[in-house]
Amino acid sequence: MIDKKIIEEHNLTLEEYEKIIELIGREPNITELGIFSLMWSEHCSYKSSKIHLKKLPVTGKNVIQGPGENAGIIDIGDGLAAVFKIESHNHPSYIEPYQGAATGIGGILRDIFTMGARPIALLDSLRFGPLTKPKNKSVMEGVVSGIAGYGNSIGVPTVGGDIYFNNCYSLNPLVNVFALGIAEKDKIFYAKAEGIGNPVLYVGSKTGRDGIHGATMASAEFDQDSEKKRPNVQVGDPFKEKLLVEACLEVMAKDIIVGIQDMGAAGLTCSTTEMAANSGAGIEINLDLVPQREEGMTPYEMMLSESQERMLIVAKKDKVKEAQEIFSKWDLDAVIIGNVTEGGRLKVKFEGETVVDLPVDAIVNLCPVYNRESKIPSYLKSETIIKPLPSPKNYNKTFLKLLSSATIAEKEWVYRQYDHTVQVNTAFLPGADASVLRIKNTKKALALTLDGNSLYSYLDPLTGGKIAVAEACRNLACVGARPVGVTNCLNFGNPEKPEIMWQLKEVVEGIAQACSAFNIPVTGGNVSFYNDTEGISIHPSPVLGVVGILDDVSKAVNPGFKKEGDSVILLGENKEELGGSEYLKCVFDMEKGIPPQIDLKEEKQIQEFCLEAISEGLIESAHDVSEGGLSISLAECSLLSPQKIGFSLNLQDDMRLDALLFGETQSRIVVSSSNQKSEKLLNLAKQRKVTATILGKTAGDRIIIFHSNKKIIDVPVDEAHKAWKEAIPDIFRIK
Amino acid sequence: MAKLKFGVVIFPGSNCDYDTYYALKDVCQQETTFLWHKEHDLKNVDCVILPGGFSYGDYLRSGSIAAFSPLMQEVKEFALKGGLVLGICNGFQVLLELGLLPGAMLRNKNLKFLCQFVHIRVENDKTPFSHRAKKGQILKIPIAHFDGNYFAPPETIQEIKDNNQIVFRYSNAEGQINEESNVNGSAESIAGLINKAGNVMGMMPHPERASELLLSSEEGRVIFESIITKLG
Repeated sequence: MIDKKIIEEHNLTLEEYEKIIELIGREPNITELGIFSLMWSEHCSYKSSKIHLKKLPVTGKNVIQGPGENAGIIDIGDGLAAVFKIESHNHPSYIEPYQGAATGIGGILRDIFTMGARPIALLDSLRFGPLTKPKNKSVMEGVVSGIAGYGNSIGVPTVGGDIYFNNCYSLNPLVNVFALGIAEKDKIFYAKAEGIGNPVLYVGSKTGRDGIHGATMASAEFDQDSEKKRPNVQVGDPFKEKLLVEACLEVMAKDIIVGIQDMGAAGLTCSTTEMAANSGAGIEINLDLVPQREEGMTPYEMMLSESQERMLIVAKKDKVKEAQEIFSKWDLDAVIIGNVTEGGRLKVKFEGETVVDLPVDAIVNLCPVYNRESKIPSYLKSETIIKPLPSPKNYNKTFLKLLSSATIAEKEWVYRQYDHTVQVNTAFLPGADASVLRIKNTKKALALTLDGNSLYSYLDPLTGGKIAVAEACRNLACVGARPVGVTNCLNFGNPEKPEIMWQLKEVVEGIAQACSAFNIPVTGGNVSFYNDTEGISIHPSPVLGVVGILDDVSKAVNPGFKKEGDSVILLGENKEELGGSEYLKCVFDMEKGIPPQIDLKEEKQIQEFCLEAISEGLIESAHDVSEGGLSISLAECSLLSPQKIGFSLNLQDDMRLDALLFGETQSRIVVSSSNQKSEKLLNLAKQRKVTATILGKTAGDRIIIFHSNKKIIDVPVDEAHKAWKEAIPDIFRIK
Repeated sequence: MAKLKFGVVIFPGSNCDYDTYYALKDVCQQETTFLWHKEHDLKNVDCVILPGGFSYGDYLRSGSIAAFSPLMQEVKEFALKGGLVLGICNGFQVLLELGLLPGAMLRNKNLKFLCQFVHIRVENDKTPFSHRAKKGQILKIPIAHFDGNYFAPPETIQEIKDNNQIVFRYSNAEGQINEESNVNGSAESIAGLINKAGNVMGMMPHPERASELLLSSEEGRVIFESIITKLG
């Protein structure tokens, strides 16, 4: 008997339960209820975000696959397609950092190779609480080694990403993982169950009791008992997945497969119902045939298990032997557990009885959709106002303090643990504005970046959404790549709170406006709600993954200064904007003010100019101005140059000096240009109506900044380098 | 020049197999073929390469299960007859497990996976794998491993040194060898080691990842070029 308590335990409302009865014409049994609870969970159904996500532009001439499939696909020319997606694994990573992060990598990689693409890159966007707390340190250590443990073993390079630290992530870290693969354009596979009578193959690891209710767990707030949910976290086996990658790609190279879907969140339930629903067919499986790791599993447990490294394949009837031979070559189980049927129903048999008989359409497509109440958060009234602040007495000190703040400091401690050179495509080592990967046998390269400053989104979600897109595209422009596609991961608190819903609406609106302005389609993504623990919500945290193309990899530009005597030029204008800056957070412990504003038209102009100048060969180095402002961005150009070339510059703008040095005004790029070319660069800027100002020259081994000819900052590059490089290792050093 | 053929072994979990194939076939323009671990056929290759990766997930111990693959019997015989065998990273670990090279690998001294460019100094330029380089030459090549901390008992180390079996040592960019340059903590800073007979070499750094300028270094190619000119 299903009672109120059971319904609640499955995270369904009574209204939702009524709707299930209406749709199936009777009361569900417990297995059926479990199936609905998974597929109607926020995680699988997007029931609170769906109506807002419709605002995002999803079409474009290069889009092969938009949202709704395992991953988005963009045509990149030469008969090739880029298959990519970002996903969150926040909740499991808090409960069990190593396995939570590791299985996040496993899951996102399956989304990519399921579509016929060989994964070639991983990036991660990580958000942790401040490293002054031991718990946050251990979560970060666990997450980083989980990503390394899985990604390194499977042989997909982790080439980039970003990390921010903020109090709001102390009880709720974010682990967003992005993967990209390359497929032949005419050999893409979809999650569909076509051809009545075709066999359904179960491939990969055996099913155990792990991960039951994982998707449901990710759809509720955490409380003090969260630790008890550890058994809900799955355990990853990268070796098994490596075998799956190779075997699946080998099978896909032959004319064997009709449709394929990985068993990720909601395992057998999700893969069977989605494949059937996508092609209007039905599916029948026999659970007695499912390879099992444990004894005495019930149908409920098998249907809800989230054991990792499993795939469901619909094969052509006469080719199934051939498929099984290839899987057996790779020592993998490949068992026929059922077949495609007529009539659009999911039928599950167990010990001779039918234990599930449901219409797939109801499960997959008829989940209620909510237009939840939204309301402007009250905190915005107080948080956007800053009282007059004192200026720093010693700018050298403030500058070094910012360089060594965890958000700005060098992340080598992290990326050194990731294999970032396997697959021999990595043209830029980590640290550049975007990762650059050559495409073998062409002149082209892909540029990849993840971005999202949640402090801006907290103080002004609309602007935060716009900036997340704009900054990611600016990162690409700095290496010389034009953006072609976007995937996003939207991390928010509990959507049942009207203030959270308002944040989501505003952020999505901002992202939509910016994507339209840059004319780039969103090809998919992920929404992660309920990032609240003990009633505290995270800042609204959109993470944008943008993919760009360089037509000629030999023209790619990185941020490090190249030689002494080059002109240092600022593209864009300085404004007095200190709100939401790393400077306020780091020096005044203040997360306040109005964040920098952005004019998308102006932003696009600057980016297009940067791209043109790079393709004309006028630029030696380019770096965007972001956290820490102009002085930090300039310093990074020195710190990232192999010879650690310093500079001497003079700023003239009439404004608060700290705002000029550390403010985070948008639409700015710092470039260097050799003497023969800087004149040409300035002329081109004039023609394109872009503000370009010569600040000074690269020179010597000191970082020197004057303001109206008065020396403000003067620090040896070595000292700055030490502050920047040692900050994070220092925190983790065993003392 | 005689026609040369390289064989790159694929174990389940190998992940530098394609990279090594690419470096040999596309960059160095050599005939190259894959060898499947379950078979007993070396396909008449002139040089066998055991590539990097996580064979069998590195479960139990790095390289230990791969050493029992069917093909390894042939590789062992091939090596004992003087055939050239190069083990890179996980391949080096397999060679140690096979007993074709002395010693063992421990976890890196900082107990973390390390992926970075390092410098290695050529200690012995009289081997088939290094004769195109000069003794004392510094090569910039990346490493990517968890278990690269070479270990052997003192008497073995003495023997290795007496026989001039150390081919590469970790150094800094200037060629100095010290604790800092020895990133993973290896005994004698050993980065590359050859057997007494001089036909089987293992190295932790990845020459295939440093064979093109686009990849930030092409200084690893000299190792492949040494083999090619030796055999050619």
